Amino acid sequence: MRIVLIAAALLAAGPVLSQTAATQVETAAALAAPATRDDAVTTFTLPNGLDAIVIEDHRAPVVVHMVWYDVGSADEPAGKSGIAHFLEHLMFKGTDDMAPGEFSEVVAAQGGTDNAFTSDDYTGYFQRVASDRLGLMMEMEADRMRDLVLDDEDMLTERDVVLEERAQRTDSNPGALFNEMRSAVQYLNHPYRIPIIGWKHEVEKLTLQDALDFYRTYYAPNNATLIVAGDVDPAEVRKLAEEHYGPLEPTPGLAERVRPSEPPQLAPRRIAFADERVSNPYVLRTYLAPERDAGNQTEAAALTILAEILGGSSQTSLMGRVLEQDEKSAIYTSAFYSGLQYDDTTFGVIVMPRPGRTLEEAEADMDRVISTLLEDGIDADQIDRIKTQVRAAQIYDRDSLQGRAQDYGAAITSGLTVQDVAEWPGLLEAVTEQDVLDAAARVFDPNRSVTGYLTRPDPAPEAEE
Amino acid sequence: MIRLLCTLVALVLPLKALAIEIQEVTSPGGIKAWLVEEHSIPFTAIDLSFTGGANQEASDRRGVTNLMTGLLEEGAADRDARAFAEAAESLAARMSFDASNDTVSVGMTFLTENRDESVALLRDALFEPRFDAPAVERVREQVLAGLASDARDPDEIAARRLAALSFPGHPYGTSMSGTPETVAAINIEDLRAAHARALTRDRVNVGVTGDITAEELGPLLDELLGDLPLASAPEVPEADGAVDGGITVVDFPSPQSVVMFGQKGVPFDDPDYFPAFILNHILGGSGFDSRLMGEVREKRGLTYGIGTYLASRDLADQIIGQFSSSNDKTAAAIDIVRDEWARIAAEGVTQEELDAAKTYLTGAYPLRFDGNSRIASILVGMQDMDLPIDYIDGRNDKVNAVTLDDVNRVAAKLLTPDRLHFVVVGQPEGIEPGSF
Repeated sequence: MRIVLIAAALLAAGPVLSQTAATQVETAAALAAPATRDDAVTTFTLPNGLDAIVIEDHRAPVVVHMVWYDVGSADEPAGKSGIAHFLEHLMFKGTDDMAPGEFSEVVAAQGGTDNAFTSDDYTGYFQRVASDRLGLMMEMEADRMRDLVLDDEDMLTERDVVLEERAQRTDSNPGALFNEMRSAVQYLNHPYRIPIIGWKHEVEKLTLQDALDFYRTYYAPNNATLIVAGDVDPAEVRKLAEEHYGPLEPTPGLAERVRPSEPPQLAPRRIAFADERVSNPYVLRTYLAPERDAGNQTEAAALTILAEILGGSSQTSLMGRVLEQDEKSAIYTSAFYSGLQYDDTTFGVIVMPRPGRTLEEAEADMDRVISTLLEDGIDADQIDRIKTQVRAAQIYDRDSLQGRAQDYGAAITSGLTVQDVAEWPGLLEAVTEQDVLDAAARVFDPNRSVTGYLTRPDPAPEAEE
Repeated sequence: MIRLLCTLVALVLPLKALAIEIQEVTSPGGIKAWLVEEHSIPFTAIDLSFTGGANQEASDRRGVTNLMTGLLEEGAADRDARAFAEAAESLAARMSFDASNDTVSVGMTFLTENRDESVALLRDALFEPRFDAPAVERVREQVLAGLASDARDPDEIAARRLAALSFPGHPYGTSMSGTPETVAAINIEDLRAAHARALTRDRVNVGVTGDITAEELGPLLDELLGDLPLASAPEVPEADGAVDGGITVVDFPSPQSVVMFGQKGVPFDDPDYFPAFILNHILGGSGFDSRLMGEVREKRGLTYGIGTYLASRDLADQIIGQFSSSNDKTAAAIDIVRDEWARIAAEGVTQEELDAAKTYLTGAYPLRFDGNSRIASILVGMQDMDLPIDYIDGRNDKVNAVTLDDVNRVAAKLLTPDRLHFVVVGQPEGIEPGSF
């Protein structure tokens, strides 16, 4: 059994799903990265720059239609935090051809569902419908790529909705507030330091013009990737894409994304966040780490395996075995890493001590297990088991249409290619013990770390019985 | 607008027929399962649902079913917790074990190449869990940590309070995880008794989807479940689910209030169920078009999301809704919910709303069946509800058969604003607890 007390709050880069309370959680054990080597995946590019990926799956008459824009919260102008996510909400407010709210009404009238999400690096829109409705979805999505029409009243009401969203997901959740504080300390210069949903005082002042400026620059076929997954014929998808997306004008002169980058980090940082709503205190440390880069994913592959070895399974990972099972000093441990980010990402380690133990002791436990790993090496059987699961994930992952589409979208908008996605499982399988230890030695650099304590205020209330 | 309207008219066509073929498989030993064969991906999903669940446990051992279920994968037969986990990882078999008041649910996905070993491992977990003392203490600590977390989680606090008000004296009224006191009192004999009571071969429903044939499945069912005992626990009485109208405020330090509201609902086997199902969709169902989403979110920006659902449980039925709103807006949002509750009860819905709901609900239905894991879970859910094996074929006809009069009659009967109770967890401004 593995308790899930904090999983949702672990990764700073989890996308913010916009319209409903549904949350999308990238789990710490992100081994199941995009993985397909079958022939079901094809691509094409339209003359206006729109890239397309088609994933065939004919088991059910269903299609997932997605458009991903290469823009996220890390691309926002200074002082306008939250504009990428706010615009995503406003994209449901109508165009020159459609009334506010009509988009979702039409999808629902087809028995479909639709939603959208915003991350640091991307903004995505999707519908899930019967596969013979694909053309209609494309028609509407193409329409709102260039022809959004907004008025101030819509904008003000929706801004209130976004503020309620922030209050619900962040301000009501001490773990989420802790994450905001940690990210702001982890990145000295890069905009990943700013929360996706935006700082409240800046969101309150966002304007219609801010949204439209952002929209007109970044929402264009040459800044988007179309992903169609399901019971479709690639030739037919291409024909429909040419018809609906083909006529759209690209944004001229759109340069590759270059964000302010990190200077050398020369000092370890520590934060302590206290909140009376905290039930089980924990220590969480993140280290600045390389992400997956196009044509260069080997370090990321080693870090992905490292996260599994150190803190993947409660029973068989190093921290789980030592701290949860043998010493019983912790009730929860985990290590997490996701290489799917455009710029530098983080490698994280977390220890939730059993009641009665302090966070200082938990931190010492964490350091001790990391030292053990670096000094004693890794059990060969454990690496084998992890690789078995990597191979199995390639089979299991084919079961979820939406998951496969999501994997490609996140990879492409993180700067990777379809080729990189195809190569990833092989790279994971090729990782050796020495690769993992070398990567560990590089990533566990105190100067690039932030150690955070999430606690209750002093004097601490009596521990829960 | 005109351009799209043309397209829409052209597209309101029947959806493709659903090609889900469910077979009933009976093992040589007499265990039944529902199977959908799908051989395009070399793995299988199997879902088991043992009815009875935590409802059957003694109140002074509340939480024993939950703790027992959490321990099934913590050592079985000749493997301790770690050896069991290593075996599962070596096979890449993914198992899940979950308790609820109504059921204990067990799921596994396994690769075709590892089918026999995976089934043998799951069989050990179901039939021969060890309940080793170190594992029991470790998982007990985890459950206690979960209870501590629930005690400071406004969503949990709201759900618990509404359940307590709705089901006094019934297991539904208390947390299935137990209390710190009852969880501390559970010993290994209690766990063994709970195991023998909850996992029985005559109260299990089985759904299987994937790369396996009916001939292969039969013997596998006997291997997996044939050694389990027969049920002996008495049935638990039904509960009413009615609650007094009013507002309960639970003080909690947060910028927002979490609001849960509910009243008595409709059982699935009631002739009024499908009208109520459509009514709920129009009032607060999924998507952005419901009346409550429109009034509370889209028009006024008082919340990020609001929804209602028919909470159909084995022994009681309610209609329940939830939203969160800033403390200074909560009172206004609650007023709107009550007004909408009263308005739809008094005035009913429009033909246009009914038509849109039917189009959505019948169109969305076939889209549920994508993926082996989803289908296996649906197969079990259908059996838990005693649905016939050909239910899927006729389900949309039941939706389409509902008339405007049906919905409006049920709205007037079901939705009674003076018996709607709101639990508010937060520091809402201008709300007096008590009855309306």
